[in-house]
Amino acid sequence: MARYIAKRVGLALVTLVLLSMIVFAAAQLLPGDLGRSVLGRDASAEAVAEYNHAHGTDRSAVVQYLDWASGLPRGDFGTSLVPPEEPVWDVIRPALLNSLKLAVFAFVLVVPFGLLGGVLSGLRAGKALDRGITVVGLSLAVVPEFVTGLVLILVLSIWAGWLPVTAQWEPGAGVVSQIQHLTLPAIALTLVLFGYVARITRAGVVEALDADYTRTAFLKGLPRNTVIRRHVLRNALLPTIAVVATQVGYLLGGLVAIELLFNYRGIGLTTLEAAQLKDYTVLAAGVLIIGFTYVVVTLVADIVSALLNPRIRFEASE
Amino acid sequence: MSSVTVGAERSEASAARRERMRLLVRSPSFVIGASVILFWVVCAILGDRITPYDPRFDQTPEIGAAPSWQHLFGTDRLGRDVFSRVLAGSRDILLIAPLATLLATVAGTTLGLITGYFKGIADDTISRVVDALLAIPLILLAVTVVAALGSRSTWTVIIVIAAVFTPIVARTVRAAVLGEADLDYVEAARLRGERSPYVMFSEVLPNVMPPILVEATIRLGYAIFAVATLSFIGFGLQPPSPDWAVQIADNYQDLAFEWWTVLFPAMAIASLVVAVNLVSDSVQQVLER
Repeated sequence: MARYIAKRVGLALVTLVLLSMIVFAAAQLLPGDLGRSVLGRDASAEAVAEYNHAHGTDRSAVVQYLDWASGLPRGDFGTSLVPPEEPVWDVIRPALLNSLKLAVFAFVLVVPFGLLGGVLSGLRAGKALDRGITVVGLSLAVVPEFVTGLVLILVLSIWAGWLPVTAQWEPGAGVVSQIQHLTLPAIALTLVLFGYVARITRAGVVEALDADYTRTAFLKGLPRNTVIRRHVLRNALLPTIAVVATQVGYLLGGLVAIELLFNYRGIGLTTLEAAQLKDYTVLAAGVLIIGFTYVVVTLVADIVSALLNPRIRFEASE
Repeated sequence: MSSVTVGAERSEASAARRERMRLLVRSPSFVIGASVILFWVVCAILGDRITPYDPRFDQTPEIGAAPSWQHLFGTDRLGRDVFSRVLAGSRDILLIAPLATLLATVAGTTLGLITGYFKGIADDTISRVVDALLAIPLILLAVTVVAALGSRSTWTVIIVIAAVFTPIVARTVRAAVLGEADLDYVEAARLRGERSPYVMFSEVLPNVMPPILVEATIRLGYAIFAVATLSFIGFGLQPPSPDWAVQIADNYQDLAFEWWTVLFPAMAIASLVVAVNLVSDSVQQVLER
């Protein structure tokens, strides 16, 4: 088991290094001449050269990458290119906190609904209810978030008047007001993720229903409900939750359109604005942090499901 | 003698193909999905010729009018007929998304065949790079590249989406090729002295077509999703294109007053992605039986 974990951690580290290279190449090298790109076409050649020298972008790509990457473990992402040129981390941190709030809220909503949908679907596999949940869940999952979000705003907020239109609360608003503002975007994310969680759960339930221990439990004469509670659900749900946890990565990063729609200052919107303003250092940091979160969450989920699933545990220790 | 067996195999294969087609056209989700897609394709081809008003520039006197018999979906704040714009709005996305998917499928298949067939270091490297790429959400990766290139032309969007999808397709194809590479027919072709490119493309490729086809239909759904989202956040198609997501981006701030300028294009996007998904789901079920 220790070897399995060590191997997984090692692979994740390799992935992170590659990730930083890809992000660096895309956000810092691809723009080409940074001074020209930031200052515009009319700037003089001297001004461009001076800008590049001041920002260190006249050095070779390898030196620039090593300089940038060596600051990352300390949380040093450089400074923003847009006045007032704050440290990148100061721009990113509050946004990250906002995104985290929304992600946790959406996660708390989607897990019970998704599990319930998946269990119902799995217990009635092949029946009309199962087809219904699967088709509806799958359809909701593929419709872009901003479309779902718009319909929700229109119906729940503009027509019914139940919830605020934007997600950004007044400064100093209390917890209740914050939750109110986050409810609509959280529902939109829940709808998108519902199908995914339900499908994973359904697969787990179908497998557990098929397993020998379930047949044995039935043959022992245990009542159906007891078998389902004690054998099917217990075996199906724990690994499912670990798999579902990988979606926290999506919840943190896939939110660009939702944050824009609800005017919510999370990491997605901050990264998007950095891209619009050509603030490449903030852009790189935003993308990197989202990718980093995804890799780490996936790693933890992998290890947890290995710990929960004896089959993976034994295979891994062999 | 050998030609007879080859003939028999051929007819067996084509019978299997006919059987698959029969299953496909009898699946209700395929029929519904394909009809919706067909409807939007016809709209895209006919374009201005079937819309009641000019979707781009018609300045009717009614500005921001609610839906009525004259204007089924109302008019926007420039007085353009929303119904005409929704009908015309499928053209750009139906050009870009399939083109990006096609590019990614061709490039990804080639890459997957090569890495799956030769294995070794190239294979390991590509797998790791794909893992790292997949950690970045598709939309953010596309936004980064579009911002860095500083160009928002249609071709940039196509190339960026194709580039992001290529390694994903490659991974699927590679897995399928790994399952084939040790089979007798590949070994036989090698012993016959065939060159590697011939074995890869003429022997292995036809046998891994089903997973490639499934992957392509799944990618098409994601491509439509990506083009729409990118256009909504301002990094895809640009006004005055009547594209649905561009219409929504243009009007969603006025949702409280002119909901029809947003709701109908939103419904159009939803109908297209769900239709593509129904088709991809039924193709998957038929091919993977």
